Amino acid sequence: MLEPASHLDRSRRIQPRAGSCRFAYLSLLGIFVATLACTESGSGVGPIAMRRITADQYRQTIADIFGSDIKVVGRFEPDARRDGLLAVGTAWVSITPTGFEQYESIGRRIAEQVVSPENRERFVHCAPVDPAGPDSACSEQFIRQYGRLLLRRRLEDEDVGWRLAQADHAAQEMGDFYIGLRMALYSILVAPEFLFRIERAVPDPASPGRLRLTGDSIATRLSFFLWNTTPDEELLRAAENGDLASDDGLAQQLDRLLASPRLEKGVEAFFSDVLGFDELEDVSKDPTLFPRFSRQVLEDARQQTLRTVSDHLVVRSGDFRELFTTRRTFLNRRLGTVYRVPVRAREGWEATEFPPDSPRVGLQSHLSVLALHSHPGRSSATLRGIFVREALLCQEVPAAPADVDFTVVQDVNNPDMKTARERLSAHSADRSCANCHKLVDPIGLALEHFDGAGIWRPTENGVPIDARGSLSGQQFVGAEGLGRVLHDTGTASACAVQNLFRYAVGRDPEMAERLFVRQLEDRFAAEGYRFSALIRALVMSESFRAASEPRRLESGEAERVAVAPRDRSRSERREQEG
Amino acid sequence: MRGQLTRRMFLRGSLGGVGMSLALPVFDAFLNDAGTAWADGAPLPLRFGTWFWGCGMNPERWNPTTIGTDWELTPELAPLANVRDSLNVLSGFGVDLDGHANHPHISGVMGTLTGGAPPKSKQVLAPTLDLLISDAIGGSTRFRSLEMAATGSPRHSYSLRDESVRNPSEVSPLALYLRVFGQGFRDPNDAEFEPDPEVLLRKSVISAVGEDRKRLERDLGSHDKHRLDAYLTSLRQLEHQLAVQLEEPPPLAACVVPEAPHETEISAEIEDVVVNHELMAEVLALALACDQTRVFNVVFSYGASNLHKSGNQTGHHQLTHEEFVDAELGYQPQATYFVDRSMEAWASFVARLAAVEEGSGSLLDNCLVMAHSETSFAKNHDVTGLPIMTAGRAGGRIVTGRHIAGTGDPVTRIGLTMQQLMGLPVERWGIGAMQTSDPVSELFA
Repeated sequence: MLEPASHLDRSRRIQPRAGSCRFAYLSLLGIFVATLACTESGSGVGPIAMRRITADQYRQTIADIFGSDIKVVGRFEPDARRDGLLAVGTAWVSITPTGFEQYESIGRRIAEQVVSPENRERFVHCAPVDPAGPDSACSEQFIRQYGRLLLRRRLEDEDVGWRLAQADHAAQEMGDFYIGLRMALYSILVAPEFLFRIERAVPDPASPGRLRLTGDSIATRLSFFLWNTTPDEELLRAAENGDLASDDGLAQQLDRLLASPRLEKGVEAFFSDVLGFDELEDVSKDPTLFPRFSRQVLEDARQQTLRTVSDHLVVRSGDFRELFTTRRTFLNRRLGTVYRVPVRAREGWEATEFPPDSPRVGLQSHLSVLALHSHPGRSSATLRGIFVREALLCQEVPAAPADVDFTVVQDVNNPDMKTARERLSAHSADRSCANCHKLVDPIGLALEHFDGAGIWRPTENGVPIDARGSLSGQQFVGAEGLGRVLHDTGTASACAVQNLFRYAVGRDPEMAERLFVRQLEDRFAAEGYRFSALIRALVMSESFRAASEPRRLESGEAERVAVAPRDRSRSERREQEG
Repeated sequence: MRGQLTRRMFLRGSLGGVGMSLALPVFDAFLNDAGTAWADGAPLPLRFGTWFWGCGMNPERWNPTTIGTDWELTPELAPLANVRDSLNVLSGFGVDLDGHANHPHISGVMGTLTGGAPPKSKQVLAPTLDLLISDAIGGSTRFRSLEMAATGSPRHSYSLRDESVRNPSEVSPLALYLRVFGQGFRDPNDAEFEPDPEVLLRKSVISAVGEDRKRLERDLGSHDKHRLDAYLTSLRQLEHQLAVQLEEPPPLAACVVPEAPHETEISAEIEDVVVNHELMAEVLALALACDQTRVFNVVFSYGASNLHKSGNQTGHHQLTHEEFVDAELGYQPQATYFVDRSMEAWASFVARLAAVEEGSGSLLDNCLVMAHSETSFAKNHDVTGLPIMTAGRAGGRIVTGRHIAGTGDPVTRIGLTMQQLMGLPVERWGIGAMQTSDPVSELFA
């Protein structure tokens, strides 16, 4: 059954999906009922979470603690998207047997490298009495040092005791002190508290009945949010000293993190999540159809987009909305060839601008985005339209009905239908298709000058491409026109705020938090759409620091675990193509 | 049999203390008369697997019309000629949507594997069939199960315990090889066995990590506790793998450690997929012969198949929806090309298992493999009359060479049959309208 399309026309503010308020958007009456239900159940903020660290976070954590020469060898379990974000998915996934096998093997190899004869001096800051046997004092020092860094909190005696026993036992058995250390480090790297960020909350003395995140948990949230990695020494110390419990103490650390160049990595991680760049890994293009395309080009294109974003938002403190209108970007030689833009630098990246007569304007014209939202053999106005609606505007597009007949729509061999525009026109001829497709196709058609690999083409099957498009009643032409609409509509910037909120706390806002998110949207606008101002407002909020009870597994959890339409993977989304 | 001269005592005795390495064949004398078990009574291991291909078939060209043993090789079953006698074709079984929407490319496969059509597209109503079976028989091997996909994505896996646990697929033949035959593999035919003290230490640590989680559980909400439990299950599985490495494995004549496969191009282009599938099947066959696992899941192509052919703008899935039925042929020729290639791959998979000698027969004789797809006719996502086949004799428990027509019965009858054949004490299986206590008894030997 097709849902009425009207709900798509309005901008989706925040749609609760998970938790007790999930059904709120069904109807006006629903909102009323759900509001009551939510007020009853909670303190107005969401539950704390247990979030699996992502592959990128794992790698960055190890590099930060041990240095980038310590190799992380292995393939991680894929992260899972939920409600449009991997960051939300991290609070729902667990670890499979295959996944754990990988963590174990990766962790074992890290431990081997850290205590290897060539590295041990760097990492072990005490000498054993006898290198051929156990030395509890030195082992304990090692366990406490790296346990604190890896588990993101000071270790309790009960964290240390059994690890020390394992270390001493191994050293004894093998006649080698360092094998003991290796086993102790290994025990930390496979521990659930390392692989998951397990948030903790304690009763808030200032407001009875409420919970506050512990200092450690705030430090961890803050660091992963801003830097996409584990807290550094100074942040850990601030948490241990109780500094993060006060506004001033938190603001001080927040400012420090915001001022660091590592903020770029954090902002890139956020955009990588929103843009679905993890799925670039699975993109394959037919080399006979797209000879200029390669896996390396795609990887370069991914970096191009993320560099463009972090340069604009962090380095230049630019207006978020200009991401859709800027011609500034970064290219290397290989990409220069594909984009047909001269790149002077022989090696590496060069800041540059697409020329004024280039059709490339804004992120929506980058090869990364265009190739991702295409078929292996051709472009897709529908998939690109869905991407704009879902990822950039936070709107839902309903799935196509199962028994839909696509034959007319996509008959590429039909001699009368040379362009996608002509083929897709069949959608409007069929009322059941038209309801949804009128919401997405006209957006994507503006990007038809870019083929299935995101490469410019003036014609399709010999016919010049008409790149007129429309979005919510506004007419425009090409990527530039689309960019202007995305820039001017408040919906795209509001969507970024909603996504950033969910990214930071790993869940959808509770009903009572929706007002706060709306205030954040206004604040973002008032601050000239500067990203650091938005981050600051979010971190200093109750939502970031307070918590309700941990999430319960209720009967019928399966019902709620069910994933909203925005979680359709690309292959499922392809189902809507037509 | 204690007190008697067992095969293993014989082997130990014959080599007692001599530090030499010798690969020993299994002499027929060590087997029972039927060749189905070791002479000391331990049966040859029984294995279960699934083999999935995406986007179904054309019912009128795939379904045989003759029931029983005389079924004809229809145009789309023709590639199976060489393995026909090892197979059963099960037509006419489908998913009853039970009032829920037909989630394209999902309802069919999840209905088949979990026993119920999911109300929401990503809902997992129950663990998939392979997990029910591996929970019962996967405990004594190094790997509870092995998952692999030939189309390049680790997400291409239909082995799900719930929404939070989807067992990822290996996508590279070389990675699969290294996982099974690399570090941690003990050749069962090595005459000398020395437990690795390092493994003992790891096992001790892993076990201690498992104990330590009790402190964590105290503060967790039940949602997270459930996820921690899944982590713990995985940890126990690894602990078990380490324990297996510490025990001397019984010699296995069929076990030959293969050469490492070469690096391959990994993509969804059909020729790459066929090569990767072939290489993974080879590694898997020997992983089974070496008793490293007894359960496996192979995805040749995923639901809404992303297979494509070099030089063609439109891939398999899109073709099923968009290609016109050729007026003369009466079917979609380009889409059907991928059905043919899928059936060829399935035939080669079955032949690969049959090529490994085991006991007095082949590895295939001690396997039960269920091949299935998410639709019958993919164009309209039809989940009735799903194409399903079995291969192998399940240690003599199942008859083969039959075509059985389900005439609209719920596909859960097949899932129930698979469980019963694998020795699970299950009388009834399925959810809601698909619940059944009626196995396909014609299959029981």
